[in-house]
Amino acid sequence: MKGRTIGRHFRESFKSLGRNGWMTFASFSAVTVTLILVGVFSVIMMNLNHIADDLENDVEIRVLIEIIEEEGQKNAAEEQLLAQVQNMPDVASVAYSTKEQELEDLIKDFGEELSLYEQSNPLHNVLYVKAINPQQTAKVAEEIEKLDYTYEVLYGKGKVENLFSFLNISRNIGFILIIGLLFTAMFLISNTIRITIFARREEIEIMKLVGATNSFVRIPFVLEGIWIGLLGSIIPVIVVSITYYKLYDILAPRLRGNMLELLPVTPLLYQVSVLVIGIGLIIGMWGSFMSVRKFLKV
Amino acid sequence: MIEMKKVTKKYPNGVVAMNGISTKIKQGEFVYVVGPSGAGKSTFIKLMYREEKATSGEVMVNGINLTTLKSARVPHLRRQLGVVFQDFKLLPRLTVYENVAYAMEVIEEEPKKIRERVMEVLDLVGLKHKVRMLPTELSGGEQQRVAIARSIVNKPGVLIADEPTGNLDPETSWEIMDLFEEINRNGTTVVMATHNRDIVNTVRKRVIAIEGGLIVRDEYGGDYGYEG
Repeated sequence: MKGRTIGRHFRESFKSLGRNGWMTFASFSAVTVTLILVGVFSVIMMNLNHIADDLENDVEIRVLIEIIEEEGQKNAAEEQLLAQVQNMPDVASVAYSTKEQELEDLIKDFGEELSLYEQSNPLHNVLYVKAINPQQTAKVAEEIEKLDYTYEVLYGKGKVENLFSFLNISRNIGFILIIGLLFTAMFLISNTIRITIFARREEIEIMKLVGATNSFVRIPFVLEGIWIGLLGSIIPVIVVSITYYKLYDILAPRLRGNMLELLPVTPLLYQVSVLVIGIGLIIGMWGSFMSVRKFLKV
Repeated sequence: MIEMKKVTKKYPNGVVAMNGISTKIKQGEFVYVVGPSGAGKSTFIKLMYREEKATSGEVMVNGINLTTLKSARVPHLRRQLGVVFQDFKLLPRLTVYENVAYAMEVIEEEPKKIRERVMEVLDLVGLKHKVRMLPTELSGGEQQRVAIARSIVNKPGVLIADEPTGNLDPETSWEIMDLFEEINRNGTTVVMATHNRDIVNTVRKRVIAIEGGLIVRDEYGGDYGYEG
């Protein structure tokens, strides 16, 4: 194919958008509406996922260390335990906290009257352990329990399992919804494009009859599909961006009070914009490619 | 040159449209194809530009064997032919100029040559002043003249016409016929399926009559031969 023919295809595809005014508008609207849905839903799902991850990552294991009076023996025991826990393959991090720090935290949370215990502190030194995969917490806790010098291993047994299964279910539902929405978007957009091309099937037939090759007929249509896909993603990108930008300002401070973090505006909006534009482009291209193919056999 | 050898055509629904036809049309000839409706005229014409493919036998056009021609090569065959239809088959959203130019863009001709040649053939068919109009703004006769301009713009050796005057009034039909004769005088083979007995009886040429999928008459200077 010669360079000027490629240029001709580009010019044709642009002209064709104008010539087929209403059909272009119909396809453009279908793309816009579906991509707004895709955009909004992606933002919601990504945030829910992020919150779920945060909740999971907050899960940690408290290992109360056996109380040993003799100082040297105690240090050796704690060092041994710490090393053993750190060497576990599923453990991400271990933090050590003395019983004095523990008491201070309690006083902070529950009030000065607890400072009475500063004279004879009944608390244990503690290891705070996080699993690499939070869902492995129970297993890690079990393994730590088997080690020497542990007094008690706590991780919210029961509650944590409930939280995890709740998060897993909501993730799966979100995933299914996203897939379903993507399919609906594909179907709706490619169907609209198919209808507009169906209205022009006679044109395709005529082009073939005067000796146009399949690709000569197809390329302007595919380019037209790409333009419609790109044009159709402009409004969704703008709407989703502005809405999230505003909502983030309103919601983020309130949610932070409840220990929930929203995803920051960047890079989230870049990611969602790329997603929306990419889907528009691919569906526009694919939709016209497939629809033209049907009418090329003349 | 066009040559058919024992050509049969059976459609998937069982209709046998060609029943073993053999004929030769030499370069520069003018041939009418006549016969009652449903006799196989259209199939005969469609076999020549590979809209239909023969079930058996051999069709040769300009030295190309259409029975073995691969689908991907069909566009190249069509560029060597001009085809004119009863319903004109113009691209409705393109102007007169663009419709004619399309046939040259397809062969990736230089833009300068396209401009010159398109204006030349539009002048020939008498529509130079309507280049910017859309087909819907033209009369039937004018639309057919655009279609003819498109069919000859690449200087084909063969012009194939399927009932080109079928949708036109008598006077306009004569204008179109004049154009075909002029094209033929310049050396182009013209094969024209028609129901127009006035034209066939007045402008005497070779007549191939088809009935029941067979050639029943092949006569130089023959008449139309059917009532009505």
